[in-house]
Amino acid sequence: MTRHLVMDEPATKRVLDELPQSLTGKPMDRPDGPEKVTGTATYAHEWNLPGTVHGVLVRATVPKGKVTAIDKDAVMKLPGVLGVFNDERFLRNPAQGTANEAPIQGPDEIAYLGQPIALVVAETFEQARHGAHRLQMRYDVAADGVFDPEATNVPHERPEDDQLDQGDLDAAMKQAVSVVDQVYRTPGHNSAAMEPHCSIASWEGDKLTLRGSYQMLNYNINELADSLKIDAEDIRMLSPFVGGGFGSKLGISAEAVAAAIASRELGKPVVVALSRQQVFETVMRRSESRQHIRLAADADGKLIGLGHDSLVSNLPGEDFYEPVMQATHFIYTGENRRMNMEVARVNRICAGSVRAPGEAIGMVALENAMDELADISGIDPVELRKRNIPEMHPETGQGYSSRPFAEALDEGARRFGWDKRNAKPAQTRDGEWWIGMGMASAARVNMLKEAKARVTLNADGTATVETDMSDPGTGTYAILTQIAADMLGLPGDKVETVLGDSDLPKGSGSGGSFGASSSGSAVFLACQDIRTQLAQKMGMDEDDLKLDGGKAGDMALADALAGDAIVGNGHIEPGETSKDKRQATYGSYFAEVGVNAVTGETRVRRLTAVFGAGRILNEKTATSQCYGGCIWGIGMALHEELLFDTRDGHLVNHDLAEYHVPVNLDVPQIDVHLLEERDDWASPIQAKGIGELGLCGAAAAVTNAIYNATGVRVREYPVTLDKLLDQLPE
Amino acid sequence: MQQTNLTINGQEHALDADPRTTLLDALRNHIGLTGSKKGCDHGQCGACTVIVNGRRINSCLTLACMHDGDEITTVEGLGQPGNLSPLQSAFVAHDGYQCGYCTPGQICSATAMLQEAKDGWPSNVSDDLAKGQKLTDEEISERMSGNICRCAAYPNIVDAIREVAEGAEA
Repeated sequence: MTRHLVMDEPATKRVLDELPQSLTGKPMDRPDGPEKVTGTATYAHEWNLPGTVHGVLVRATVPKGKVTAIDKDAVMKLPGVLGVFNDERFLRNPAQGTANEAPIQGPDEIAYLGQPIALVVAETFEQARHGAHRLQMRYDVAADGVFDPEATNVPHERPEDDQLDQGDLDAAMKQAVSVVDQVYRTPGHNSAAMEPHCSIASWEGDKLTLRGSYQMLNYNINELADSLKIDAEDIRMLSPFVGGGFGSKLGISAEAVAAAIASRELGKPVVVALSRQQVFETVMRRSESRQHIRLAADADGKLIGLGHDSLVSNLPGEDFYEPVMQATHFIYTGENRRMNMEVARVNRICAGSVRAPGEAIGMVALENAMDELADISGIDPVELRKRNIPEMHPETGQGYSSRPFAEALDEGARRFGWDKRNAKPAQTRDGEWWIGMGMASAARVNMLKEAKARVTLNADGTATVETDMSDPGTGTYAILTQIAADMLGLPGDKVETVLGDSDLPKGSGSGGSFGASSSGSAVFLACQDIRTQLAQKMGMDEDDLKLDGGKAGDMALADALAGDAIVGNGHIEPGETSKDKRQATYGSYFAEVGVNAVTGETRVRRLTAVFGAGRILNEKTATSQCYGGCIWGIGMALHEELLFDTRDGHLVNHDLAEYHVPVNLDVPQIDVHLLEERDDWASPIQAKGIGELGLCGAAAAVTNAIYNATGVRVREYPVTLDKLLDQLPE
Repeated sequence: MQQTNLTINGQEHALDADPRTTLLDALRNHIGLTGSKKGCDHGQCGACTVIVNGRRINSCLTLACMHDGDEITTVEGLGQPGNLSPLQSAFVAHDGYQCGYCTPGQICSATAMLQEAKDGWPSNVSDDLAKGQKLTDEEISERMSGNICRCAAYPNIVDAIREVAEGAEA
């Protein structure tokens, strides 16, 4: 049987709060922890298939044009080389998240510098790498490549469904008592997940097994099938451990398709791992942005106008663009509104989802502008935000589902000691350091996605949860175990969760923060299905069924099952509640920084963050997600920046020595507080997403603190010391 | 091909490999010890950290054939599921990871780092280069900054290491 729920009504019956056991929400250790800390967790490159040979991708050295010749023969003569592949099915760039079909294919038509063109396969990695270095290609180079999104010769598009002009913003700007009219720029970012992309392809007859590092097998299998022109039924994908994703592993990418094609031809398992440089140059980047923000406020600091125009970029032919204004649409009031999106088509690495696409940079610029407005109007930044929380969605008139926004602002201010801040900049010194405090709001849209799961209550009274869902570090293994344990009245260690196998029921995949609430809801429903069947079997009313401590009422579960397992299936789909209410998650950040008066270096000294994301499913893993988000915010504020050469679009800083992600000493101990919240409109388990919320505005708290410390506004991220040095106060 | 004798986690291995093979690739591709991870292959991330003759090194930055006769400890040699080392247990209890890919490197690095601190080695944030250092949070963070965690579990990693360091002192 299957318990199927379309989320058309709010789930006002809070089943998880009524159960005798409440492991859900508790800070349970990850069940997959012991494998991770001992090196026995199996990531993509770590399946020991006998006879596996190694492939290394070869990539374009020109930014635009056609491949006219590849000198395969010279490389084929090298020791150990088994094949040089260049196939029309090779991918230009990875599939966008949830694409469910092949991305643009055909390696010989070059759209950016670094595009995969060929694969050299050899007996060993060292031989394949040497062969790849030696492979000579000839090109017909096109002279009309464009590389600078802000240059006048670059074609710009305006996506129709992302243009808003409501009321009269220009008039509001004239009428306002306080205005902000500023341009902010954020650079491109790379996900830089620690595990580089890797696939091992092996065939048995017409059946392909692809062991890879992927976030969304439910889509990836169709993208791979479509790319290879075979049936999805003939593919099995395995991805039980994913060494970080952050959006970079949402869609099938070049190494998987190349490995599958080479393996088929050679009749051996082929492993293709991207080097770190290849990850930077062939997988998704977050687009840079130019954001023009206009705020018009009345004498009370209440917004009467809000403008947010953005310019982002992508390759020609890509539907995705960074949805910069996503949260600007609903977070603050202001009846006169203009928000226009422009996309520049450039010959740069493909732009796609990097953790919290949209809010990650859109909220940052907006929260910088709000800080400027607070400063100009003389209203405390926390108070200013509270005054601008709208009653209804200012564009659609929708109501909001659960929204503890003001509470997050107040609680953050209290925990941080915001009342000790001096609103006047450049007043506080600690030795050679200028000290400042800044804050920002957090907001991120919430989504529920279709998901299925199977739960088996085994005859011995243990349970098994199964779905093709991934756990790229988000805590899926833990939270699905906790939900099933509570629903079936079992201790956590009697539930085993099996993930990352495309033969299992299709979950939601991990992305857009929807994984936990969507797949968690599917598991919840599957357990409800089991409870119904068990009550029937025991000849009792389901409402009277008490499952606790491995017992059904007074009877041990194994006895109640009488030798039979019960299989429950769950299936959740989004419905009317997604349209009835604007669902989102909220929070606040408070940062204290020191800016060195001599060198201009910024150090984050303290960070407090408060978040509301509906029911928290595991306090420990949710807190870790928030730490991660906040620390990405520190990286965005101070170091992270993809640097492109505007002459040929090539990425200059393509590795971890040149693209600076935060390291341990860059990060203070962080105070993350999660609010107690239930959102009945979001999911039957009252949970919302939390994986990206930690990032959605975080950098602005840091840069607002830099302003408070020094009186210097830097509107071009990241705030490296060269942008401060010549403006620091005496 | 080059013959190299390595002692890995107390076991002797006769490696017969291409001289271009890094110690990391020897462990992963030839010996079947995939606990040590390849995050960058350029000594930039620390995921491949192993302990060679008592010192932590990036195993991607050294060729296997340079280690004839050396004693190597990888994460597999520190503990196994059901028999975790104190640091491995502390990483589980404090959620000192998320995706887990940098974790073996963090744990090998921390294992050697605790010994370095015990032996009185200073770090870049030490006030005094000659005196032994108390492992403050700042000292732990500085000494662990060669191990990148993109999930950014740093606060939890510091908690886990501090707990083990204090337990060892007590």
